[in-house]
Amino acid sequence: MEAALQTNVQTCYHCGDSCVDELILADEKAFCCTGCKNVYELLEENNLCSYYNLEENPGITGKKPVIESRFAYLDDAGVEAQLISFKDDNICKITFYTPQMHCSSCIWLLENLFKLNSGVSESTVNFLRKEVSLTYFHQKVSLREVVTLLSRIGYEPEITLADTDGKKTIKPSRTIIYKLGIAGFSFGNVMLLAFPDYLAFTEGLQRTFGSFFGYLSFLLAIPVFFYSARGFFTSAWEGIRQRMVNIDLPIATGLLALFFTSIYQVVTGTGPGYFDSFTGLVFFMLIGKYFQQKTYDTLSFDRDYTSYFPVSVTVLKENGDEEAVAVRNLTVGDRIRIRNQELIPADAILLRGTALIDYSFVSGESEPVEKVMGEVIYAGGRQVGESIELEVVKEVSQGYLTQLWNDSFFSKEENTSVNTYANIAGKWFIIVTMLVAAGSLIYWVPRDMEMAMRAFTSVLIIACPCALSLATPFVHGHTLRVFGRNKFYLKNTAVVETLAKIDAVVFDKTGTLTEPSAAELNYTGKALTAEQEQTIKSVLSHSTHPLSQRIFQSLNGETIAVENFQEFAGKGLVGEINGSIVRIGSASYIGVKADAVKDTLKTTVYVSFDGVILGYYTFFNVYRQGLKDILNDLKDKKLAVLSGDNDHEEARLKELLGKEAELNFNQSPVQKLEYIQQLKKQQHQVMMVGDGLNDAGALRQSDAGIALTNSITNFSPSCDAILDATAFEKLSKFLKFSKTTMTLILLTFAVSLVYNVIGLTMAVMGLFTPIVSAILMPISTLSVMTFATLSVKFAARRAGL
Amino acid sequence: MYIIFLMIAVSVTVATAFLLAFLWAVRSGQYDDDYTPAVRMLFDNEVTTKSNKKTKEEQSIEKSLQS
Repeated sequence: MEAALQTNVQTCYHCGDSCVDELILADEKAFCCTGCKNVYELLEENNLCSYYNLEENPGITGKKPVIESRFAYLDDAGVEAQLISFKDDNICKITFYTPQMHCSSCIWLLENLFKLNSGVSESTVNFLRKEVSLTYFHQKVSLREVVTLLSRIGYEPEITLADTDGKKTIKPSRTIIYKLGIAGFSFGNVMLLAFPDYLAFTEGLQRTFGSFFGYLSFLLAIPVFFYSARGFFTSAWEGIRQRMVNIDLPIATGLLALFFTSIYQVVTGTGPGYFDSFTGLVFFMLIGKYFQQKTYDTLSFDRDYTSYFPVSVTVLKENGDEEAVAVRNLTVGDRIRIRNQELIPADAILLRGTALIDYSFVSGESEPVEKVMGEVIYAGGRQVGESIELEVVKEVSQGYLTQLWNDSFFSKEENTSVNTYANIAGKWFIIVTMLVAAGSLIYWVPRDMEMAMRAFTSVLIIACPCALSLATPFVHGHTLRVFGRNKFYLKNTAVVETLAKIDAVVFDKTGTLTEPSAAELNYTGKALTAEQEQTIKSVLSHSTHPLSQRIFQSLNGETIAVENFQEFAGKGLVGEINGSIVRIGSASYIGVKADAVKDTLKTTVYVSFDGVILGYYTFFNVYRQGLKDILNDLKDKKLAVLSGDNDHEEARLKELLGKEAELNFNQSPVQKLEYIQQLKKQQHQVMMVGDGLNDAGALRQSDAGIALTNSITNFSPSCDAILDATAFEKLSKFLKFSKTTMTLILLTFAVSLVYNVIGLTMAVMGLFTPIVSAILMPISTLSVMTFATLSVKFAARRAGL
Repeated sequence: MYIIFLMIAVSVTVATAFLLAFLWAVRSGQYDDDYTPAVRMLFDNEVTTKSNKKTKEEQSIEKSLQS
């Protein structure tokens, strides 16, 4: 029976994992653990098994049991008040972030929560944001019960310290859509009224209804002028106040000239006005703005440390009782318990247990650090292994990490992108326009006063560089999309321009250049027989130490029973199998003489059988795939590596990066940040690629901070762009492509200039009429849009993106 | 020809109604999530599961009859 099962490993009906360690059969279905089975039974009981029909094995593994007492802090009225978004006598509304959500089954189950608990009246999922919004009757069910219910079915909501800080996440602004809607409405209707102007045979119509149409158009244009176009005027005014010319200044003058000339024409009855061009321009330019604003609002680019911290922690009372307390309320002297994989929220002293702290989140070190009793453990570390007890020595707000974060260096000043292409172009544009306008005025005034006014206003109108202002957002917007398709997510379109200017690239080592999960394993020594391998594997299977786990995964064979197993923290393991004693551990634990140990800097694990040393395992850092090619492509830029680790990889890195590259080891987060500042002082445009919170300062300080992550929805320090680790090999392509897009923008400028030259020529000759404007305007904007879109697509295909 | 005044008044009114409908739709959050509703509408109603259950019961009845 057992043999049959092993050859035909079943997959869990609930989560789809293979049932290797355990196999539970219930209802003729296989489950990999009791957690999964419990969820299934719960759903079955409530007639919710459609969950399994929508997608195959949709569940989330129940192997990590949720300790429900952890949610006790949710009973605290203060915490509750900060989390919920609405409350009245009957109902409460709350939105949870549940990153586990991954398929349509998840949507279905989460929207059918009311069947599991009648206290929940409604639940709505926003899949892209991975959010579920709940409405519940707070007299029937408490917030804690709702969260417990969600966790029980596998969707534990992520509630972090940032949520309870009262900083509500800003909803995506809808203003631009309102503006677009109104501009579009006015544009369409004014166009309809202006149509008789365009055709010769409707002249009679125009004569009868001209002033009515004119006033109506004026009426329709008012909301566009005061609401939709307001952004251009305020931006231009800001520019003037800072004594700078931006692209919005010529736009604003053009729009003002259009609007007031039109009013003049309508009121005096001298013409139909340019209201169609005016509303059309605003509409098209708003489309450009919308394009520019649209970004990945499902990803979070501005996280600070509070987003990583848990909300509550288990506090041990004097009588030994456990109580969940909000992290904010932790005080010095509290005894806290940290379980496997939990984050330490405050600087604390270790009182009991073996602490194996994974600081990768703070320092980037890949190996967990051993701590002995009495040592101080800094906040931000993650415990691996058994649960430990600590005494808090500093409040959360006073901790090392918090202080580091609040350091003023860490806050990036919002750069108001002054020197963008568009703004430089805008400056020249307004100079040329003013010269031409003045020239035409000087020419016409002695000859024909009316003509002079007309030529002057026409020049201002045609000079409105709407096509110019559309070029950048369209090219950048499409680039953003091309990058997104290749798993490189930019915070906004301005980042494309920053990327194009980069001339220095700084890498973090651990986790960025190297792949943390795939350290290479090498065995040196006497060759092991299959039986010995099996024995080693069996002993290792009892240890949770990450090194043991890694060797365990690399070995073949089934595990067999181990007797007298013992683990010595920080040293090694011992176990007895078939009468022979197996020891696995550090050199000193096995008894290898110190001088016989080669490569003291590498991580090694020795193995001995009955006191005879057989050999040792060595862990190598594995560099990411394609790293060599990327570094080769980036040879024209200044390269540097900042590592929190020691320098034992120096030779290999030198070989990879070349002689000129600067390698800095043993860098603290502040040193990394200072290094970036130093580069910036040397007039470098710096790009920093990092992954951990230890790089956070450097990421913010650099011109373009890129966070590398294995799962984009989870874990990334605040940055300008998020790069999926699988797309790392395309990094140099991305940089090159952003350079290409700048050329494309220049080309688009050239296209729009052609129209402006034609328009200007007509304007100075006094031939610019509403009809010419109505024809020239849409053609120029549409051709610029099309050119920008197609050229980016073509360039992307050529670049292989 | 003066019918045009009326026609334009009607057309602008209708257009305004659509504009207001659009603004209301944006305001009520209909443009916030363009993925989930598309999936949601494909979910079957509870009827299917019930009928599945019934067939199961029927099968067991049939089985017991056969034996």
